Amino acid sequence: MPASNLIAACCDRCTHRPGNPCRDLIRCLAEGPICHSDDACAKTRQARMANARRGGQGTLIFVGAGTCGRANGSTKVIARIGAFLQEHKIAAEIVEVGCVGYCQRELFVDVQKPGEPRLAYADINLGNIDQLLEAVFVRSEMRNGFLYGRHGDVGAAWADVPEINTTDFFKKQVKVVLRNAGIVDPRILDGALAAGAFAAAAKAVCTMTPEEVCNEVLAAGLRGRGGAGFPTGQKWNIARQTPRAQKYLICNADEGDPGAFMDRAVLESDPFFVLEGMLIAAYAIGASKGYIYCRAEYPLAVERLTSAIEQCRQVGLLGTNILGSLFSFDITIKQGAGAFVCGEETAILASIEGGRGMPRPRPPYPAVSGLFGKPTVLNNVETLANVPVIINRGAEYFQNLGIGKAAGTKVFALSGAISNTGLVEVPVGIKLRTIIEDIGGGALPGHRFKAVQIGGPSGGCIPEQHLDTVTDYADLIQLGAMMGSGGMVVMDERTCMVDVARYFMEFIRNESCGKCTPCREGTTRMLEILTSITERPVGDEERRLERFRGVLHLQELASTVKEASLCGLGQSAGNPVLSTLRFFRDEYERHVIDQRCPSGECQGLAVYEVDNATCLGCLLCKKACPSGAIVGERKQAHYILVDKCVGCGSCVTACPKHSIHLVSEERACV
Amino acid sequence: MSLVIDGKEVQFTAGETVLSAASRAGIEIPHLCAMDWACKPEASCRMCLVELEGMPRLQTSCTLEAKDGQKVRTRSPRVQAVRRNIVELLIANHPGDCLTCARNQNCELAQVASELGVRERRYRGLKKNHALDLSSPALVRDPNKCILCGRCVAVCHQVQGVGAIDFIDRGFKTRVGPGFDEGINVSNCIFCGQCTRVCPTAALMEKSQVDAVVAALADPNAIVVAQVAPAVPATLMENAQASSVRTMLLRLAAALKRVGFGAVFDTGFAADLTIMEEVSELIKRVQTGGPLPMFTSCSPGWIQYVEKYRPDLIPHLSTCKSPQQMAAALIKDVYPKHRDLGGKRLVCVSLMPCTAKKVEASELGDVDFVLTTREIDELLVRYGIDLNKVTELGALDAPFSSASGAGRLFGGTGGVMEAAIRTAHKMLTGGELKGGFKVEEARGLEGIKIFSLDVGGTTLNFGIVNGLGRLKPILDPLSKGASNLHFIEVMTCPGGCIGGGGQPYDSDPEDIRVRLERLYDADRRSTLKTSHDNAEVQELYTEMLGKPLGEISHHLLHRSYIDRRSEER
Amino acid sequence: MCQVDQIIAGHEELGKEHLIPILQEIQAKEGYLSRAAMNKVAEATGVPQSRVFGVATFYNQFRFAPKGAHVIEVCRGTACHVKQSLKLAQHLTRKLNLKPNGNSPDNKFTIITVACLGACSIAPVIKMDGEFYGHLDVEKLDRLLDEAMQENKEEVHASK
Repeated sequence: MPASNLIAACCDRCTHRPGNPCRDLIRCLAEGPICHSDDACAKTRQARMANARRGGQGTLIFVGAGTCGRANGSTKVIARIGAFLQEHKIAAEIVEVGCVGYCQRELFVDVQKPGEPRLAYADINLGNIDQLLEAVFVRSEMRNGFLYGRHGDVGAAWADVPEINTTDFFKKQVKVVLRNAGIVDPRILDGALAAGAFAAAAKAVCTMTPEEVCNEVLAAGLRGRGGAGFPTGQKWNIARQTPRAQKYLICNADEGDPGAFMDRAVLESDPFFVLEGMLIAAYAIGASKGYIYCRAEYPLAVERLTSAIEQCRQVGLLGTNILGSLFSFDITIKQGAGAFVCGEETAILASIEGGRGMPRPRPPYPAVSGLFGKPTVLNNVETLANVPVIINRGAEYFQNLGIGKAAGTKVFALSGAISNTGLVEVPVGIKLRTIIEDIGGGALPGHRFKAVQIGGPSGGCIPEQHLDTVTDYADLIQLGAMMGSGGMVVMDERTCMVDVARYFMEFIRNESCGKCTPCREGTTRMLEILTSITERPVGDEERRLERFRGVLHLQELASTVKEASLCGLGQSAGNPVLSTLRFFRDEYERHVIDQRCPSGECQGLAVYEVDNATCLGCLLCKKACPSGAIVGERKQAHYILVDKCVGCGSCVTACPKHSIHLVSEERACV
Repeated sequence: MSLVIDGKEVQFTAGETVLSAASRAGIEIPHLCAMDWACKPEASCRMCLVELEGMPRLQTSCTLEAKDGQKVRTRSPRVQAVRRNIVELLIANHPGDCLTCARNQNCELAQVASELGVRERRYRGLKKNHALDLSSPALVRDPNKCILCGRCVAVCHQVQGVGAIDFIDRGFKTRVGPGFDEGINVSNCIFCGQCTRVCPTAALMEKSQVDAVVAALADPNAIVVAQVAPAVPATLMENAQASSVRTMLLRLAAALKRVGFGAVFDTGFAADLTIMEEVSELIKRVQTGGPLPMFTSCSPGWIQYVEKYRPDLIPHLSTCKSPQQMAAALIKDVYPKHRDLGGKRLVCVSLMPCTAKKVEASELGDVDFVLTTREIDELLVRYGIDLNKVTELGALDAPFSSASGAGRLFGGTGGVMEAAIRTAHKMLTGGELKGGFKVEEARGLEGIKIFSLDVGGTTLNFGIVNGLGRLKPILDPLSKGASNLHFIEVMTCPGGCIGGGGQPYDSDPEDIRVRLERLYDADRRSTLKTSHDNAEVQELYTEMLGKPLGEISHHLLHRSYIDRRSEER
Repeated sequence: MCQVDQIIAGHEELGKEHLIPILQEIQAKEGYLSRAAMNKVAEATGVPQSRVFGVATFYNQFRFAPKGAHVIEVCRGTACHVKQSLKLAQHLTRKLNLKPNGNSPDNKFTIITVACLGACSIAPVIKMDGEFYGHLDVEKLDRLLDEAMQENKEEVHASK
């Protein structure tokens, strides 16, 4: 089977062959034929393009089958659709697409009948797919309870159905990186080509110099989207200007922040544009070899990328003399093996070279001396996905996408205690409040927004009073957070902020590579201190005192670890602590001094109370208690000594009258 | 070109680090992991952080390239606070048994803690709890004292080219250990001890036999004798201000006799004997067609390497025992005929710059205990003797008291080769080597030397490998059957025995160069230049051995080897 | 053992750069890294045995004991944590009496903690034998475990 129908020759005069690529190859797909004039050929090409843009002929059923789609049962749903079509002898093609971004409403199943717009149906699962299929195919009831919206315009007849991008979740988003996600079939090259893939690559490789490409990206103001925010064009220029025969380009797809899945969605839903971005970047810096370092926990992304690379090779978009130029470039996929620290630049280098993923001192910077000692540029997936847009539409266009001085868009992964979870792409410089309330729909019904955690384990928590801050690099750093890779976890009154700090510290401590002293030892000590705060110091005075002293040490330790650590992981390890201390100091004080957890989440500080009105005085709870915290005699009401209680809850289980319950101040208020 | 460090103007050479430039100017910046003679800086301990004007973040001076006009502060309040906190973190995960720790006089962690004025243990929490590794006769590992500086791993992989130990696990659980985290006795470790020499704490040490020697000395039913390796006096001279190697050796003999050793022998004697046997063996192989090239066999780390990694090379090893083992075999066999032991048992202690000798002794016997150069001081201190203050000259004992200049050279790289060539010349031509017996081609500290000499009409090709890490270029052609070398000297440790794993802690390349010069000086001063002219050696052949490679030699002075490759497949 | 040989033979180049991919392939085939396998890889790649072990133990992915019949990945990502996934992890450890290597004593289950499965909208999530299960609590989890144990019994009966 040919890799691409679009690229196939229109007639004998077509000069493009594998091994003899034509520089007009991409232009020809939409505007061709170019090397000869022929109406029949032109019609052939236009028909092919129209078909590819639509996604196929006849009736098409698109099912969101990215990882989150699969998590919502897409595999079984697809099987059921196939069976239904057979049972009812309906001719239709099932197309697996990626993630449209509205994870809260997964699964999305789109149906496109000939002559009709592509209609999106939401909240589909194995339990109701039959209902949808009956409505759409048996009764031709396109407008039904599952209908979410339509893709694109097909005249007045469908004006009553909202266009997807005008719905509440999408209307304030600006889809650049995610414009094809959930729409285009990510498995085939033609899907991407029809969406415009490789037009920018052709423009760069065939009509621009590497210096021009670097400067265009520099002028666009694109900053690393993996978290550090270093100006991409600047990094490229350094590598470009380092004279070495062999250079490397690495795509950092080791998205490790818990709660971040933007890169995964891009890789699964639109892999060809990432490859295009890599191609342009490699051309800009002079690299002939590229690597994609993808974490092992993303098998579907690896699968999509592997297939995409192979297809590109087959048509000469990867390999030697790309598009008839002197530029050669090919890509190898390297899978991560489960180490968050391998998202760090120099750790990736160590890992690709076959070693433990331990970071290296800089200088020398990778752009000067990186993989195998050669100049190497590492870029994040999202950064690379922005590159074709910049080349196609220009630096100014990209600048104008952002609000104020900021440039471009950013994808955020919105999750946690928020009404709408999913992926959102917004202009850099948009207010946090817009994302949380307008797009995210605010806190869950019956609950109160407390904080949003941005930047993963290297970031910080932002409380309600600062929601009008703009999401731009410097502004977030001012608040003690950071843009990070884009993970945004919303918390409500049920979340304990001390526990959040402890959770991130545990994560960092488990992921510390162990090479440098401050991070290896300091994160363990900080974790111990934070854990002790979330527990009651049952026992001797010594422990009580230690607990107090520990808190005093916390700030100093956080500072040392920040100042002295070798890499970004250690340098930002203290951020969650410092950030929560800054905005939720009162919660810390309640934990340390009052030994209470206001949100009721810290089990170690749980306060249990016996309801004297219903207590039988049966002594069962007293016997169940492992720490002797219950006093009481037979037939007399029992009482729990808070200072001795370790919060295990055994008494609750033991009580035959359910007289013992957890006291929660926060929950009592709501 | 100069920069300012702590207000002082400091010169530097192009490409030098701030750490190095500061050190040469007398400003010591604390550091626990940098070892610029061995490898690139990993910047993992973070102790050497300094403030660089104009940079918001602190910089590690081990990686910071010195540049004209820089202003650096090594002891600002900010730097000291961070540095101190780092030491506190190390201490928090370190045992508290300093009073009984074998390194308490020279532990680098204790040193920095003291320098920074750390007076309390502020952090209490989880401490690592790994098992002690006492499995080998040569080395002891205590991972609980390890501060994960990585020096041992760097030396093992990058300097020695062996790679027997590495980091295991990650984060707080990280520890250093051999493959599969078992005892080193079942690992690919060759016991060269280079790791013990660079370890800043007591995490890696030689297995001390001082107590055993003290017990033997106190045993009324034992006569304890010592043999001293050529490298040892050349090293002890450092602090003792002795004028020559021989002087130092005689002072050491005096001290040893004072504490009760019944006799002190010169291992250099056995070196001369080794030359007789080995050169005869070489000539025989050259004349009868192999197996060639022949490798020396006196470096036990090299032998371990062959047995564990390249047993295919065993036929190429000389079958001669090392001088330590030859001496010990003779001590046990001949000495009782030379002196009435009065029914007491004979205990042979060898003083070596080498940790692998402890393994060699345990495998081949005859040597009862091996003390490294570092253990010698420890032993004498038990008896209240400060070797640096000993002035009297003792005597070495017959019949193993004399060593030629050639034998003395054994202590350094190229020494065995030079000694061998002197005797080979005599054996092949009947005449002596011209030019004062010096073989310039064999001298110096280059990693590999390859040269040819015309010896009485026969062209012989020689190779000298200075440190196991330099072995590859010699072995590659051999694997392809394309080596034209006849005789190759391999020393496991860079510099030869004077750079051995049992040598003093702060030996750097300059120290090794100085020690090598002392050996050349000892050869120059010696009137006896050749092994074959050593009268005691000649007498041994006349009285007992007959000819080199004879039956008794074969029995006492030669050995065999074992394929020790891991059998697990 | 020939599986490991095959994997090694399938690699044209065998330097240090290929160490991790080779280990990953072996783990994918055999479910874990045995000593014998690691020794073979050391010999084939020229990487010292201590380094092969040092690299393998650095990464979470590699296991050194065979996996159980059912593999459960518990997500400990932020969104799942906020929805009490810690309780699920603790429950599994207690109920199945897990050994330090994550295996239950009868080797029917292997529990692995994952930093984030990327299915935050259905938190808290586990993945059992490749299938996602979301919106979990302790009761639902127990039901899943019981179902899995039933399957085992059926298989045993079937094979008799």
